[in-house]
Amino acid sequence: METFVNDIAFIIGTTLMYSTPLIFAAVGGVITERSGIINIGLEGMMYFGAFVGAAVAYFSGDPWLGFFCAGLAGASLGLLHAIATVSFSAEQIVSGIAMNFLGVGFALFISRLVFDGATQTLTVPKKIPLPLDFLFGEGKLFASSGFMDLVFNRFATVYLAFILVFVAWFVLYKTSLGIRLRAVGEHPEAADSLGISVFKIRYGAVITSGFLAGLGGAAMSIAVVSRFSNTLISGHGFIALAAMIFGKWKPQGALLACLIFGGAKGLEIYMGAKGVPIPSGLLATLPYVLTIVILVGWVGRSQPPASIGKIFDKGEN
Amino acid sequence: MSSIGASLKDKFLNGALSITLMSVLFGFLLGGIILLLAGFNPLEAYGVILKGIFSRPKYVSYVIIYSTPLIITGLSVAFALRTGLFNIGAEGQYIMGALAAAAAGYYLKLPMVLHVFTAVGLAVIVAAFWGGLAGWFKARFGVNEVISTIMLNWTALYISNWAITIPSFGRQGTGKTYAIQPTAQIDILGQWKRTPEGIAFLREHPMLWDVLKSPVNLGFVFAILLAALVWYVLNRTTLGYELRAVGHNPQAAEAGGISVKRSMVISMLFAGGLAGAAGAFQVLGVSHRIATLAIMEGYGFDGIAVSLIGNNSGPGCVFAGLLFGSLKYGGSKIQDVMGAPTEVINIMIGIIIFFVAMPKLIRMILAYRKRRERN
Repeated sequence: METFVNDIAFIIGTTLMYSTPLIFAAVGGVITERSGIINIGLEGMMYFGAFVGAAVAYFSGDPWLGFFCAGLAGASLGLLHAIATVSFSAEQIVSGIAMNFLGVGFALFISRLVFDGATQTLTVPKKIPLPLDFLFGEGKLFASSGFMDLVFNRFATVYLAFILVFVAWFVLYKTSLGIRLRAVGEHPEAADSLGISVFKIRYGAVITSGFLAGLGGAAMSIAVVSRFSNTLISGHGFIALAAMIFGKWKPQGALLACLIFGGAKGLEIYMGAKGVPIPSGLLATLPYVLTIVILVGWVGRSQPPASIGKIFDKGEN
Repeated sequence: MSSIGASLKDKFLNGALSITLMSVLFGFLLGGIILLLAGFNPLEAYGVILKGIFSRPKYVSYVIIYSTPLIITGLSVAFALRTGLFNIGAEGQYIMGALAAAAAGYYLKLPMVLHVFTAVGLAVIVAAFWGGLAGWFKARFGVNEVISTIMLNWTALYISNWAITIPSFGRQGTGKTYAIQPTAQIDILGQWKRTPEGIAFLREHPMLWDVLKSPVNLGFVFAILLAALVWYVLNRTTLGYELRAVGHNPQAAEAGGISVKRSMVISMLFAGGLAGAAGAFQVLGVSHRIATLAIMEGYGFDGIAVSLIGNNSGPGCVFAGLLFGSLKYGGSKIQDVMGAPTEVINIMIGIIIFFVAMPKLIRMILAYRKRRERN
């Protein structure tokens, strides 16, 4: 019985670990797309954030400074994407693809300059802390490696991700800013005629999505692991994008989608460790196949915000 | 021929080609500034890149070899995009094609030409199925093709990695499969260049010898043929007209009697088949085997860039693929020669696409220049 409980805890723990970076980026995706701007560049923004986060944490010794700078790194790409898509009516998907090349390019370019030609950083001296250990002392609150320890004694980024989902939900649905943002995404012309600045809202939303994707990257490089390497972020931004669509463009939906995905990953690792008679190679396809099955079987058609991807041009006349 | 000329002229007037050329110019300009900021001489770097592309026959043939899969995955993305579908799945379709070609090339025992056609044919069928799945999910269940292709990419990667662990297929402990049969290879003079006569002949002809030092193969020829095929199907057939109509305005197409759902599936079948062919040519002509992949190789994602830079057209993809392949191969040399990060190439490609995305900005710049010239 005890091992069963611990197994469950192990799966939940792994689920949280894998989901967290995705949650940051997926919520970022929700915010920008609800304002009407597609951001397929989340991958590049996570990648750049993962590098900057680890590099700053390495040089400063402060993981939180690294975390914040990772957000700024993502936001800087977000700004570029906003300039293209909001100010110059760019094809949003095309500009997003450009962000993916730029994010990888800038991260590795700077990495080679700063870390002696290597495409990875050195190990950071301090990772993002475990808040429970920090508050109560290591192993004081819960017995180490017990159920509660495995489930709740997680990096601060895990807690932040859940808080973020709540805040994003609150802002989107309970504040006037959220109503304006959604109005801009559904019907920019109408919003504009009511005096809402489509321009400002969209700039804000796209830059925020970059910031959050950057945080997601750092949640990977200075919490899940303790350094950036060139293969660390490989498709996470795209999975986050999928989670956002899967979650029907809602923060709580995106959270659920990220948890399902992370859960499948946790299950895969657990089944692999338990020696389930499925080749481990095929087991690795589980999260992806499961996502497709759920989409095909239960979720189906998802409706994006009405103005998504369309160019809004206020016009000079 | 005249129609190609006319369409080219049309492109110039519409500005699509000038926008692309301007974007490439910006890519080089800003890439140079970034190198300068990092303390490298951009002119020296571009010199190294140019020399790395053109200074030896071997380099040129490597550029062509690098470009071949990019051109074809570019065609795959372009084909789907013309029907309004965003094929992020070229990566996975490429992997499935490469896997099928490696298996057919190794297990089957067939005479020379037939073996190649069988292996490519199987690769195209498997990959078309993989792409078609995403089209069918969208048509039948309304599943966004962006999500389904992302998931199918990873599924393909892990299936391929698993297949390599099958004892009769993969060499144990190497993470690679056995090499395909010589009958399935499409290397140009691949067997001959290793025979004593071949070596003796090549000693007399250093230029040819240099070229044959690279795994030069027929893939590029097929890539050009496929580009022509894509152009023909899209622009000269009823099917192509229907697919483009769906991409242009699905409601209007449906009202005009075109089945949007059927078009989606067909378009993704085509796109998948193309990406699979890219994987097949790479295996039959260059690698001769597949290897375990830790992460995506990026042929499909680079194909997106190629398609976008090539304005989603068949001929455009050939030029954009050659540009991308040249930069990728030539750019890899600045690291060794002057210690400048090769990833400036990623940045340059990113900048080019960034400007390609903003025709409005480029038109503003062009109009501004015209106004200044007039004054």
